[in-house]
Amino acid sequence: MSALPDFQLLRPTTAADAVAMRAANAASRYIAGGTDLLPNIRRGLAEPGVVIDLGGIAELAHIDFGTDALRIGAGTTLAAIAGDATIRARYTALAEAAEAVAGPTHRAAATLGGNLCLDTRCVYYNQSEFWRESNDYCMKLKGEGCRVAKKSKRCYAAFSGDVAPALIALAAEIEILGPKGSRRVASADFYRDDGMAWLTLAPDELLVGVHVPLHEGWTSAYEKVRVRGAIDFPLAGVAVALKRKGNAIDDLRIACTGVASRPLAVDGLAELKGKPLDAAALAVITAQTEIAAGAMRTTVVDMLYRRGVAPVLARRITERLWNSAA
Amino acid sequence: MKRILGLWINGRWREEAVAENALLLDYLRDGLGLTGTKQGCDGGECGACTVLVDSEPRLACSTLAHSLAGRRVETVEGLATDGNISPLQRAFHEKLGTQCGFCTPGMIMAAEGLLRKNPHPGRDEICGALAGNLCRCTGYVKIIESVEAAAGAST
Repeated sequence: MSALPDFQLLRPTTAADAVAMRAANAASRYIAGGTDLLPNIRRGLAEPGVVIDLGGIAELAHIDFGTDALRIGAGTTLAAIAGDATIRARYTALAEAAEAVAGPTHRAAATLGGNLCLDTRCVYYNQSEFWRESNDYCMKLKGEGCRVAKKSKRCYAAFSGDVAPALIALAAEIEILGPKGSRRVASADFYRDDGMAWLTLAPDELLVGVHVPLHEGWTSAYEKVRVRGAIDFPLAGVAVALKRKGNAIDDLRIACTGVASRPLAVDGLAELKGKPLDAAALAVITAQTEIAAGAMRTTVVDMLYRRGVAPVLARRITERLWNSAA
Repeated sequence: MKRILGLWINGRWREEAVAENALLLDYLRDGLGLTGTKQGCDGGECGACTVLVDSEPRLACSTLAHSLAGRRVETVEGLATDGNISPLQRAFHEKLGTQCGFCTPGMIMAAEGLLRKNPHPGRDEICGALAGNLCRCTGYVKIIESVEAAAGAST
């Protein structure tokens, strides 16, 4: 892999300073844990003249349990989230998703904000400069057209963060700081279905934290399928949050990752409210997850497998939660 | 551009001009001659470059040197005391946890990080802590047995 190109490194100590530095340097990039960005820079996928290191901002690394919501600062490491006993008990999907990211050494460095803003991935993109040049590049960087879907006018690179579907299933909100102040957006609306512009975050904005509402009476879980048991990105990942009341589904939310250019909620589950989790309900879950999981040929693993395994995960996790909540 | 970086390396405070874009791996190997830390995949996929930062395993290939200003970095060279290898290193030697040796410094530093937090880990905990470290020789069994032996020896 190539050496890192020259860049200036800035180390702000407050989030406001970071935003001001970003506004003053158009060709800058934020770095947190660096586990995704640094390999990408070395492959020539990003060429920032200025790198703003968020690791020295103490205010970004807090976990606060409020009376009506949990707030996690964007600089909190995935290891800290996975290792927090209260998060694991109350927001199980979130702890399981954080623990499913890469390997233990990555999780000690990688942050919540970094995982939520993870660059989309594609077998035609996450390659060396030499490889991409030999393949005439692609539209995500320097080239034209999509190598995955040749007639497509859009990029199909897949969003592969594990934490985002857990937050969507838990109806979390993302807190964003910009030059004009802070705003909040629903976690699903933080993303858009475009492999080249997958975040609705403006260039001058910084993700500073997430708010997860209290989930009394809910159970949740996250599972992913990957090539190896560690390190690898999800071929498909599914988070489920279920509220069971007696023998009926009181509420159910399912979200997927790795199968589209954004993490997304599975639609059409409202009709299951008030019904038991029987064969008919499982058929609805399967069918609706199939609609959401429109994986394209962005990995070395067959896309039909990824499209097929997401509904299996959704069904399996929901059944497990249903039985555990009995 | 270079800037002064101050941090602890293997128990010794160092201050010197280091390029702002230097990876911890390059600083250790090229700047300090500490070549025990291996350059493997360079993308965070193999664990050969694992070192300890404040006793937590970190990937030197995916860490900027300047991001560790003031922190304590330990490499495999820092484990031996007075010329004697550590109990964990001795366990790798005696239990044949090393074959070609390329993954060994990373394996040992990842295991060292585990044993400091959890001196008596179970097999699952050892496997979990080494999940980010690849080995192409041993099939892992001898590595896990080495860590178990080191943990047993410290009772």
